Amino acid sequence: MKTLEDLKKIREEMQSQINLRTDESDVTRIVVGMATCGIAAGARPVLEALVNEVGSRKLQNVVVTQTGCIGVCRLEPIVEVYEKGQEKVTYVQMDPDKARKLVSEHLVNGRVVQAWTIGAAE
Amino acid sequence: MNFVRSHVLVCGGTGCTASKSPEIIETFHSELKSHGLDKEVSVVQTGCFGLCALGPIVVVYPEGSYYTQVKVEDVNTIVEEHLLKGRIVDKLLYKETDDKGVERSLNNTEFYLRQHRIALRNCGVINPEMIDEAIAFDAYQALGVCLTEKTPEEVIEIISASGLRGRGGAGFPTGMKWKFAAASPGPVKYVCCNADEGDPGAFMDRSVLEGDPHAVLEAMAIAGYCIGANQGYIYIRAEYPLAVRRLRIAIEQAKEYGLLGKNIMGSGFDFDLEIRLGAGAFVCGEETALLTSLEGHRGEPRPRPPFPAVKGLFGKPTVLNNVETFANIPWIINHGADAFSCMGTEKSKGTKVFALGGKIKNTGLVEIPMGTTLREVVEEIGGGCPNGKKFKAAQTGGPSGGCIPASLIDTPLDYESMAAIGSIVGSGGLIIMDEDNCIVDIAKFFLEFTMDESCGKCSPCRIGTKRMYEILEKITQGRATLEDLDTLEELGNHIKENSLCALGQTAPNPVLSTLRYFRDEYEAHVVDKKCPAGVCKDLVEYKIITDKCTGCTACARICPVDAISGKVREPHVIDPSVCIKCGSCLAACKFGAIIVE
Repeated sequence: MKTLEDLKKIREEMQSQINLRTDESDVTRIVVGMATCGIAAGARPVLEALVNEVGSRKLQNVVVTQTGCIGVCRLEPIVEVYEKGQEKVTYVQMDPDKARKLVSEHLVNGRVVQAWTIGAAE
Repeated sequence: MNFVRSHVLVCGGTGCTASKSPEIIETFHSELKSHGLDKEVSVVQTGCFGLCALGPIVVVYPEGSYYTQVKVEDVNTIVEEHLLKGRIVDKLLYKETDDKGVERSLNNTEFYLRQHRIALRNCGVINPEMIDEAIAFDAYQALGVCLTEKTPEEVIEIISASGLRGRGGAGFPTGMKWKFAAASPGPVKYVCCNADEGDPGAFMDRSVLEGDPHAVLEAMAIAGYCIGANQGYIYIRAEYPLAVRRLRIAIEQAKEYGLLGKNIMGSGFDFDLEIRLGAGAFVCGEETALLTSLEGHRGEPRPRPPFPAVKGLFGKPTVLNNVETFANIPWIINHGADAFSCMGTEKSKGTKVFALGGKIKNTGLVEIPMGTTLREVVEEIGGGCPNGKKFKAAQTGGPSGGCIPASLIDTPLDYESMAAIGSIVGSGGLIIMDEDNCIVDIAKFFLEFTMDESCGKCSPCRIGTKRMYEILEKITQGRATLEDLDTLEELGNHIKENSLCALGQTAPNPVLSTLRYFRDEYEAHVVDKKCPAGVCKDLVEYKIITDKCTGCTACARICPVDAISGKVREPHVIDPSVCIKCGSCLAACKFGAIIVE
């Protein structure tokens, strides 16, 4: 038998599933550049690392998605983080290790890793 | 649970299923697996998205890319380009009909922008065969709140305040219906759901049941709580196998979770549900006939009063509501009566689902606030008539409804405005006609339907519709007189006033409303013996324009009765005494040399 509490629990467990399908803007989007340039530079393992890290930390309201060429192909793989009310942060020359640290530092602790941003690389 | 970064939603409604969506789903599974993406991308079968004209529909989230007319061969492209490389497949994207450019966001297209989806809120969003997904979108929340925090009177008060009226066609206030049933004494009462959607061209109930069955189950349990019923029946036509299957799955899952059955949510309230299949008789959509059929008898109506709320199924007080009506209930409880009543017009609150069909670009389901004008629906949401043809009329409410001519295209779609012009909102079928449709022929089509479906219990309907049909036949064959038109009108009014149930009372509507607005077209058939639209076979003649005919012999070769003669490279002629007016030559001619007069 289910109670209202149980329903709430199911709803919460399903959150990570369904927030993909809503247009709510308080969802943080992690976008990986996955054009030919990105893929050639190793974007796919980066994407996989992000997906696994977000999943194992059970982060809510986070979406990992892809985009095409961001334009600075020489700095691929590129990962961009869009948070509501914040400036977009662009990380460049990522690898799976950096990707995992990005999740813990930026999304969990709320600290932008300045050293990997495009500002630092330029 | 694995973190899934992308969802591929594939429409599993009846329309898209017919155009191979199950195979598309299968191919997605295998393609994702072969690309090693099966753990991070999930494929979900949903209910109807509404844009049936462009099915099968596939939507990829989080981007919200809306792919239309997807073929099995396209799946590989979507997986490799979109899901692997992140490049949205432009050529499959839904494009605006007015060519403003490619729109990527589903909710910003003309088709969806004006819609407010309440009854259809979860159709095309959830997997209808997984109760957890429904719960994630608030299913059974309203039931829980009602059972644990509200008295039945309070719930009925909310429904009354929302202004919700029966969506099956009659528009009776739902709150009042529940109140009557609650006030009727007796330990045994029933809640029934009318899913016997019989109007040609209407498919909103089917889509709700296929896309979000839990909304209906939940609402029926709420109704049971309000009136004191512990048993519910869903009367659904056997021609809806997919809806029946999903309902069965939904009921099973709800019972497993204890959301149906004994002592729901520890409140002490019991409610059980069963499905009853109808054999597809149109009259069984009428409430008293439906209840008679549910009892196991021949589906025939009986006089009212007593109304079902007093003496319904097995002689017990019964609430009988339509699928769409029920689908609105949980939303109203969750969002409050005001959120619902602020939409619509003064007397028609909330939204209504219309099934757009006929000569319209965007065939499909639309849910719009009551009072939206026909023009907005036809021209903006529906995208107008295909091939640049002119809009001529719209038939609302199927064979029980009336015809709205182009001159009244600014009429708001709500109960009162429709009644004022001699039509009805009805169940929500909206059949669009263009200049190529003959109004008399359409009226004859609907009357033939009601004549066939008349149960035969009362003579005005049984004999009257037959006589009306005979007159219409005379008109379309050019044998009628002006006097016949008057007889037709008189007979129609008589049937309306004297029939036992709504079937007979509404059967003359298509004829009476077209006589009112298109009398000149009737007269053209009677006086000039001409069918202006070129539809009625006995009144048209196929001719070849000598100047345009190149003598290619295409028409002569395709003619099944050899009515066309002529030498190669010389103009041909049609022998009217042999011609059966099948139209094959018209379709075969590449030079526009054949005309219909």
